[in-house]
Amino acid sequence: MAEVLVLVDHIDGEVKKVTTELLTAARRLGEPAAVWVGEGIDTGSAKLAEFGAEKVYAAPAELNDYVVAPTAELLAKLAGDASAAAVLVSATPENKEIAGRTAVKLGSGVLTDAVDVSAEGATEHSIFGGGTITHAKVPNGVPVIAVRPNSFPAEASPAAAAQEEVSIELSDSAKAARVTERVVREKGARPELTEAAIVVSGGRGVGSDDFTVVENLADSLGAAVGASRAAVDSGWYPNQFQVGQTGKTVSPNLYVALGISGAIQHRAGMQTSKNIIAVNKDPEAPIFELADFGVIGDLHKVAPQLTEEISKRK
Amino acid sequence: MNIVVLVKQVPDTATERKLTSDDKTLDRAASDGVINELDEYAIEEGLLLKEKHGGEVTILTMGPEQATDSIRKALSMGADKAVHVSDEALHGSDALQTAYALAQALGTIEFDLVVLGSESTDARTGVVGAALAEYLGLPQLTLADKVDVDGQSIKVQRLTDYGYDVVEAELPAVVSVVEKINEPRYPSFKLIMQAKKKPVEKLTIADAEIDAARVGLANAATETVDVAAAPPRAAGTIVKDESDGGVKVAEFLAEKKFV
Ligand SMILES: Cc1cc2nc3c(=O)[nH]c(=O)nc-3n(C[C@H](O)[C@H](O)[C@H](O)COP(=O)(O)OP(=O)(O)OC[C@H]3O[C@@H](n4cnc5c(N)ncnc54)[C@H](O)[C@@H]3O)c2cc1C
Ligand SMILES: Cc1cc2nc3c(=O)[nH]c(=O)nc-3n(C[C@H](O)[C@H](O)[C@H](O)COP(=O)(O)OP(=O)(O)OC[C@H]3O[C@@H](n4cnc5c(N)ncnc54)[C@H](O)[C@@H]3O)c2cc1C
Repeated sequence: MAEVLVLVDHIDGEVKKVTTELLTAARRLGEPAAVWVGEGIDTGSAKLAEFGAEKVYAAPAELNDYVVAPTAELLAKLAGDASAAAVLVSATPENKEIAGRTAVKLGSGVLTDAVDVSAEGATEHSIFGGGTITHAKVPNGVPVIAVRPNSFPAEASPAAAAQEEVSIELSDSAKAARVTERVVREKGARPELTEAAIVVSGGRGVGSDDFTVVENLADSLGAAVGASRAAVDSGWYPNQFQVGQTGKTVSPNLYVALGISGAIQHRAGMQTSKNIIAVNKDPEAPIFELADFGVIGDLHKVAPQLTEEISKRK
Repeated sequence: MNIVVLVKQVPDTATERKLTSDDKTLDRAASDGVINELDEYAIEEGLLLKEKHGGEVTILTMGPEQATDSIRKALSMGADKAVHVSDEALHGSDALQTAYALAQALGTIEFDLVVLGSESTDARTGVVGAALAEYLGLPQLTLADKVDVDGQSIKVQRLTDYGYDVVEAELPAVVSVVEKINEPRYPSFKLIMQAKKKPVEKLTIADAEIDAARVGLANAATETVDVAAAPPRAAGTIVKDESDGGVKVAEFLAEKKFV
């Protein structure tokens, strides 16, 4: 069976959930081979083994000293050497860029934001803010596919995860854009936004930079906190928590929108959530068109009551 | 410093967008074409850099005839001239083919910097900037929310999952911008009038030395197999808060086994 390369997402060795989803999809297409860039592989390899990685290619952290191009060179080289059946990455902005450059090098095609992948390497997409479903494929060459996190469940299937060091001589052009400083914002204790099973987001309706009403509800549900662009632009909540067209795309089992009107750009980032709850004092707010359950009311009354009720039921 | 800003015309996000039933490409007749929102930030950044460092801002668009409207709008924001690559052979090109064609078209323009949006609102692949840098062999400084040019060097803040990276390179380079970077200006009446007279150069694929065998639907590296409307969401339950809204939501959550 041909190898299917899976680019691993990890933070200092901690493998992200989306990688286990990619390994699950990779098993339909062939033999999963994880590609690890950077430190921490000893921490992470058990997880890769659990979800079916037959092999783990380990590449040096030096690749991350430059923007995108080195990892694309690595993936293209590995895919060529192993005659890989496909290359899978998570559909983050950075990984989509890696996917694009990898496909250029392989002379194949790139499919982005797939919500499912078939055994033939065909993909399903949810486009135009969720209104339309398409299926697509790369007819020739190695398909490079960026898969949206949380699209399907990961299933364990133990494998060897045999480690193989890879070295690569980077081209000069791959080293043209240098990362000279890395600024890491505090991660906090909550689950990561794109990976969380539940997301509670606040919008302009929260009314101030005091987001505790949102955070308290999130914590009672073990959820991640998100924000609309209006809340982010007002400086109430940090940028990296923005959900929407130009923020993060989330697809949790439950999305709770507090004081968010449901503008098309916000919907583009959350419309594929499995269950949606909205609290808004305006009965005409478009978010109610999406809501499985909606409350017309003041979020500052409804959310605290809900938080209390959840604690009571625990 | 000569700057090329890439501008894509897209269907208005606020209208209903569709793919055509025959060849499954974007149905451009179904909705009004507008400048991709993110590209307005790219135009603004181009203009700000020009104001600081001098030179010219050229708009580069690949798209059908009606994309001219978006080009005029870009010129009325203050860009100096435009290049419009328009050829029936380009219809149905995918993201990588688009990047290839744009790279070829850039071969006809003298530039120090290419600025583009980080993503289009219709296709949203977000790969054109990276693929363009790959084709051109130029440094990729994408997803920028801050851009500084100093002589021949460029430095950007690149947004990441965890915060941002500071990225540095030498010009010429490819930069894509996110919407946090600036506030796009509105065209003034004077600029709108001037824009009508600004030069727009039309290029066919032959003019730009774009290989016909590498673009267009028939040669695309990706194929849309089928298109269908998503099943409509079942209508939800909407209640008015009668001092029990929170309890009602909790009941819904219990029913769905979230609590
Ligand atoms: C290029 C571009 C990209 C964009 N990208 C994004 C993006 O990624 N994400 C995003 O979110 N937006 C994005 N937007 C902005 C988007 O168009 C909206 O402006 C934004 O989503 C509005 O945020 P909001 O719903 O919080 O605010 P508003 O639209 O102002 O809505 C606030 C809502 O809160 C309700 N409310 C007020 N007080 C209360 C209360 N006490 N209790 C209950 N409800 C209350 C109001 O009835 C209203 O419905 C983008 C726009 C552009 C042009
Ligand atoms: C719903 C949908 C899904 C699609 N999915 C895929 C896919 O998975 N894989 C694939 O290969 N193709 C796909 N395509 C085709 C592809 O989107 C088009 O070729 C498109 O022109 C380029 O991709 P983009 O709009 O996603 O660019 P993005 O990479 O999202 O755009 C980034 C920036 O590139 C610049 N730019 C992009 N196109 C042009 C242009 N024509 N002229 C000038 N500047 C431009 C703009 O500055 C823009 O802000 C899809 C098309 C649609 C309508």
